[in-house]
Amino acid sequence: MNIDVKQYTRADFQSNQEVRWCPGCGDYTILASVQTFLAELGIDREKHVFISGIGCSSRFPYYMNTYGMHSIHGRAPAIASGVAAANPDLTVWVITGDGDALSIGGNHLIHALRRNINLKILLFNNQIYGLTKGQYSPTSEQGKRTKTSPMGSIDYPFNPVSLALGAEATFVARTLDMDRKHTAEILAAAAEHRGTAFIEFYQNCNVFNDKAFIELTSRETRDDNRVYLDHGKPILFGPDNEFGIRIGPTGAEIVEVSKVGIDSIQVHNAKDPEPGVAFALSRLSRGPHGPTPLGIFRDVERPVYEDLLVGQIEEAQAQKGTGDLADLLRSTGTWTTN
Amino acid sequence: MSSDTETDARPTPEKIDRVVIRFAGDSGDGMQLAGTQFTASSAMFGNDLATLPNFPSEIRAPAGTIAGVSSFQVHIADWDILTPGDHPDCLIAMNPAALKANLHDLKPGALIIVNVDAFNERNLAKAGYESNPLEDDSLRAYHVLTAPMEELTKKALVGTGVKGRAVLRSKNFFALGLMSWMYSRPLKPVEQWITKKFGEDNPVAAANLAALHAGYNYGITAEGFHHTFEVEPAALPKGEYTNISGNIATAWGLIAGARAANLPLFLGSYPITPATSILEELAKQKHFGVKTFQAEDEIAGVGSAVGAAFAGNLAATTTSGPGLALKSETISLAFTLELPLIVIDVQRAGPSTGMPTKVEQSDLLFAMYGRHGEAPLPVVSIASPADAFSATMEAVRIATKYMTPVILLSDGYIANSSEPWKLPDVADLPTFPVTFTTEPNHGDEFLPYTRDPETLARPWAIPGTPGLEHRVGGLEKHDGTGNVAYEPDNHQLMTELRAAKIDAIRKDIPPIKVHGDADSKILVLGWGSTFSAIRAGVLNARRNGRSVAHAQIRHLNPLPPDLGDVLEGREVILIPELNNGQFARMIRAEYLIAPRSFAKIQGEPFKADEIEEQLNEICREINS
Repeated sequence: MNIDVKQYTRADFQSNQEVRWCPGCGDYTILASVQTFLAELGIDREKHVFISGIGCSSRFPYYMNTYGMHSIHGRAPAIASGVAAANPDLTVWVITGDGDALSIGGNHLIHALRRNINLKILLFNNQIYGLTKGQYSPTSEQGKRTKTSPMGSIDYPFNPVSLALGAEATFVARTLDMDRKHTAEILAAAAEHRGTAFIEFYQNCNVFNDKAFIELTSRETRDDNRVYLDHGKPILFGPDNEFGIRIGPTGAEIVEVSKVGIDSIQVHNAKDPEPGVAFALSRLSRGPHGPTPLGIFRDVERPVYEDLLVGQIEEAQAQKGTGDLADLLRSTGTWTTN
Repeated sequence: MSSDTETDARPTPEKIDRVVIRFAGDSGDGMQLAGTQFTASSAMFGNDLATLPNFPSEIRAPAGTIAGVSSFQVHIADWDILTPGDHPDCLIAMNPAALKANLHDLKPGALIIVNVDAFNERNLAKAGYESNPLEDDSLRAYHVLTAPMEELTKKALVGTGVKGRAVLRSKNFFALGLMSWMYSRPLKPVEQWITKKFGEDNPVAAANLAALHAGYNYGITAEGFHHTFEVEPAALPKGEYTNISGNIATAWGLIAGARAANLPLFLGSYPITPATSILEELAKQKHFGVKTFQAEDEIAGVGSAVGAAFAGNLAATTTSGPGLALKSETISLAFTLELPLIVIDVQRAGPSTGMPTKVEQSDLLFAMYGRHGEAPLPVVSIASPADAFSATMEAVRIATKYMTPVILLSDGYIANSSEPWKLPDVADLPTFPVTFTTEPNHGDEFLPYTRDPETLARPWAIPGTPGLEHRVGGLEKHDGTGNVAYEPDNHQLMTELRAAKIDAIRKDIPPIKVHGDADSKILVLGWGSTFSAIRAGVLNARRNGRSVAHAQIRHLNPLPPDLGDVLEGREVILIPELNNGQFARMIRAEYLIAPRSFAKIQGEPFKADEIEEQLNEICREINS
């Protein structure tokens, strides 16, 4: 973080390109949230790099007045890893979707998370292929009828948060496209985190998969279903916080606070070195249907890939001095002819 | 025991001007190591040399079988040689399978030294021998010497601390010691290597030294080994030499290229035979500031390199055929992003997994055309281990000057074989420092897709540069601004501009050097690792009175501007290739002529004899 914080406005992060998502798309809200957040963050604009793959969300870098690359389907984490490793002073963001990150690019995602390379990965999960106009995605629920699953999808879906925790990501969070206040908090924590930060956005595709997250967004049901995770606080939810989460022998379970007592409610510990409880929390809802945790599941420290990479170079230079080409060419022995 | 005292007992060796020796054994017998160390001491002695390792792709194929045989051939000479030799003068066979697998390559009358302890019934059966060839007179055309290498190694290792089954691991050093005696090689370089490699106090060092000396001393004392040979140092051009293998020279070429371009070096790669040792070598050279990223797959290897290039590093990725296929989509992205990137394809026999440890040049057309969309790329080839350093630097020069990926074609033969390399003076190496764009180039705006009027290269402005924030991407870019553009005319313009940029590199390629009888009716046209066999075959043919010219092409795309003139007026253009005629096809398409393809697709390099024989046949046809 810069000591000399620059004064930016959201407009400083808007490129001159017309934003071309469908009217009503959740991507607009996330774009606005990110631009507003970066203006507040104050890191020099030229230090931000946005790398995306392919898909609706992946047009994102074109709309950001920062350095950016709209790359190849699924490959953004690999390309971004190269950017971050080449220049650790940059702040590197990956913009991806459920098809991009979890289907064609699943391999790169888990390996970026495993390495703990300094990337902020924003996964826009709309549970559908939007750019290709409505085929089921790796997060679509079983039974979903789409153009490629007319009798209902038979694919069992990924839970992105479970997947990231399984890959031992050091920062894993979930938020909602339309909840800009919560998004800002999560982005701030992710920016603060050293290492890979993974954020799943529940993002509504109002054209091909409208209301996929309605249980979390409608006025009537959202208080029943949004379970906010706050580090150090008991996990409570419901219009009057009358429900809570308890970690039982078989995992996370929903309980009524009045029946079990507040002391039985799990106090959220995002700093838990083991990802087990966070994983249990991630299993609470599928789809999502019913009470669904939002917030930071896990935020732990582990050595960052670039630090180790640069550290080895510095160690080698301390031992051997800065490389000398003439010495290198002679390093396996030479002979001289006259 | 010092090695100096033993030379006193040496009978006067027979002076020979060259010898081809093949170490052969089971893949676990350490023959690559024995051969490499024999080569190293020959190099230190000042011989010219060329090597040819040959190993199975299985780490340990079933012991004792033909499939498990590993060999290392070295050609040493007191004159300037080019190839590892067509037919060995001497074979070291550590077991019956090694004998059987290699016998057909030997010269008539060749010397065969066998580890007689391995010639038991079990091993003979595994190798498919019905009777023991050492006893049934089937080797009467050769000069056979036997040594009980296992028995003597066991005895020599008593007291070294190495015991049990581990003892026999030192028998390759026994063989090396014996060969050092036979060919009057100094032991000192090997002794030093053992001590350095294993550490002075390590029992393994003591064991290997004991076996080495036991082998040498066996030569002194045993009957039959008293006819020894000596190859004097070669009269190579004056200078300082090192013995270099192609992959190491390629790795060093990347370091030198990054230095010349004044950029940090980044290698994103995934292990694949026979390219891996470039990654391994660069991983060792961290004090040069080299960043190696061992990616999760081939795609991430090149992907990370594209990211590093965007961030301003000299980015490279190394692979072999199947990996090049996986990287294809990302290489097309790098092409349209117009970022420098070095893609090194160490070719092997394909398709698919093919014969991973065997050489082939069959990725040429894939390197030329294996991309989606209109995506021409410069293609540069490496001709020999010693050529790899400068060819790699040339690839870096083109990539950074023209802002483009470059495909550098090496192969499994270049990768693993070695030859003396006259070290360049580092101060004389070319330099081509990169200047990043740091200021707006269009009023107060930065347009990432404006072009240098001469090279047509676009500016390279890297993240972290204030005021030049811009986006690049795989979508078609508007000329100048780089913004997403779907206009029909713009797509045609951009496609043509990108192609014109690559084509313009043609002007930047040095003239072709035609060797031999420059005006001959017969031209042998080669590319890549066929260089040594073609040159040796042409030399032999010319010594025998034939008139032949030879040109080896480094730049395969664009082709050199004077190639049309070099081809002009020839009666026969012979193109030997380790593929099914891919370069011949390119030449036919480009120049509308009919070259004569000489295709070898056996996973082995050409022999000089094969080239000479082709030339003899052509001469007979022309003259008849």
